[in-house]
Amino acid sequence: MHRRHPAVTFCLYALLIAGALVMVLPLGWMVLTSLKTYPEILRHPPAWLPADPQWENYRTVWDGFAYYRFFLNSCFVSGMIIAGTLLTCCPAAYAFAFCEVRHKELFFALLLSTLMLPAQVTVIPLFQAFATLGWVDTYLPLIVPAWLGGNVFGIFLLRQFFRTIPKSFIEAARMDGASEWTILWRLIVPMSLPAVLTVVVFTFLWSWNDLFNPLIYLQSEELVTLPVGLLYFIARAEQLTGGSIGQQPWHLVMTLATVMVLPVIAVFVFVQRRFIEGVAAGGVKG
Amino acid sequence: MNTRRADRLCFWLFAGPALAGFLAFSLWPMLYSLWLSFCQYEVIAPPRFIGVQNYVYLFLHDPSFWASVRVTLAFTVVQVPLALIAALAFALLLHQPVKARGFWRALYFLPAILPQAAYAVIFGYIFQGDGGLLNQLLALGGIEGKAWTMSAGWALPVLIMMSLWAFGYPMVIFLAGLQAVPRELFEAAHIDGAGAWARFRHITLPLISPVILFNLVMGVIAALKVFDLAYAFSITQNIPPGGPARATLFYGLNLYQQAFGFFHMGLASAMAWLLFLFIMVVTAINFRISRRWVHYEN
Repeated sequence: MHRRHPAVTFCLYALLIAGALVMVLPLGWMVLTSLKTYPEILRHPPAWLPADPQWENYRTVWDGFAYYRFFLNSCFVSGMIIAGTLLTCCPAAYAFAFCEVRHKELFFALLLSTLMLPAQVTVIPLFQAFATLGWVDTYLPLIVPAWLGGNVFGIFLLRQFFRTIPKSFIEAARMDGASEWTILWRLIVPMSLPAVLTVVVFTFLWSWNDLFNPLIYLQSEELVTLPVGLLYFIARAEQLTGGSIGQQPWHLVMTLATVMVLPVIAVFVFVQRRFIEGVAAGGVKG
Repeated sequence: MNTRRADRLCFWLFAGPALAGFLAFSLWPMLYSLWLSFCQYEVIAPPRFIGVQNYVYLFLHDPSFWASVRVTLAFTVVQVPLALIAALAFALLLHQPVKARGFWRALYFLPAILPQAAYAVIFGYIFQGDGGLLNQLLALGGIEGKAWTMSAGWALPVLIMMSLWAFGYPMVIFLAGLQAVPRELFEAAHIDGAGAWARFRHITLPLISPVILFNLVMGVIAALKVFDLAYAFSITQNIPPGGPARATLFYGLNLYQQAFGFFHMGLASAMAWLLFLFIMVVTAINFRISRRWVHYEN
């Protein structure tokens, strides 16, 4: 290939850097704001940088507003959803990849068709059913579907990956007397770690970021997860400040938002290469 | 010892939970909500069959229904093309031989995976009329800002703008599509004297048209279902959900309000089914039209 002109290279990097600045600007402003004092927020124009970074803000929201509670709730709900997804989606993907039964493709197509179904269609009957069971204001409506293979996309992704494993591996293991359960967890899953990891990350993002379901099913303040907790805090602060959003304690709001966003960034930093490649592969092949 | 019976047993044990979940959490609620959409159901009394009255009410008498349809369509028609153009532009940029490509790719991808509720809160603060970052920046240039988030004309554009940060998914899919384009084609075209634009227009675009279609379909479906962003925006701005003046009353938000704010469960079920049908029709149309512009190998 021909060499690039230095001016072109310069423009390329200038664009990349400018774009990157725009992309991180909202996050940067969130973190900077979280470190300011209330007077710095109220000042006109507000201070650009915190004169003296207020790490205390994090302690204030953590203990003062029992924010650790929302955080632990989010961890618990996400953890249970991930566990259920792995325990039911891996066997289901195995069954659809390796077991020969009649109408298997039909069952699989039915399962996949639910990807087209908007949550709005199922939420009203489900809410009614969960209310009848007395499950509203518990974690069960959020967790139980995940323990029944609720992540259909995960089943799809895992099956696609499992199918690339030669059947002779499984037959050899069966000859050695291994049960299907053992073959799945000792042989197939360890061979498919990139796909499993992608499913775990997707499930984490989906459950950690979800506002819709916790908003509908959780009511007690001590049960809500971070996105709902953040909105509760904002609504409460609005009452305290007489509804003027100019008076909002934005420094504390942004502290809460940072606590919600940081775990996502932390997970992403560790898995980003694999995860992005998983997304790209899913889109190009799908 | 591997008989067909063993296979059947394994299948039902392994796929059983997922199939049970399909019946309990997808098929049954789907059919039940179809039935509810023909009922009056306000929770306090059992559902009562009323034929197509919910649908008639929505189409002829409910002003909030059409307001939410307008908001959602306006959002979709503007946001999806802009997001796809941004995604393709940055994918092309990252496709160039640059140093630390993985780092840049991760950085541009990141906003797509952050909670939309957090974005609504952060951007609500940035666009806020009273002391928001945007108005401060404008003031530096001597321009007087507005109360963007409180204006019926500006609230939706603000929401569109904040959703544009999340173009990471289509971007990495475009990037993978670009990487699959054979290099020899470009070199041949280069030798034939084709300029950069001609190469993009006549080689790159046709070859990545399948991923354009994929991103378009996914983008449209996601745009039609927006909820988190709009709900969190309303709370942040201390305005009734969908305000100001229904300017951000997204279809998903309107449906949520009807179902869980006013307990018009039958009406909300009808709205849900209209959304479902609309998504299927739009997706089918997208695929149908795509025959004219999507180019498949062989």
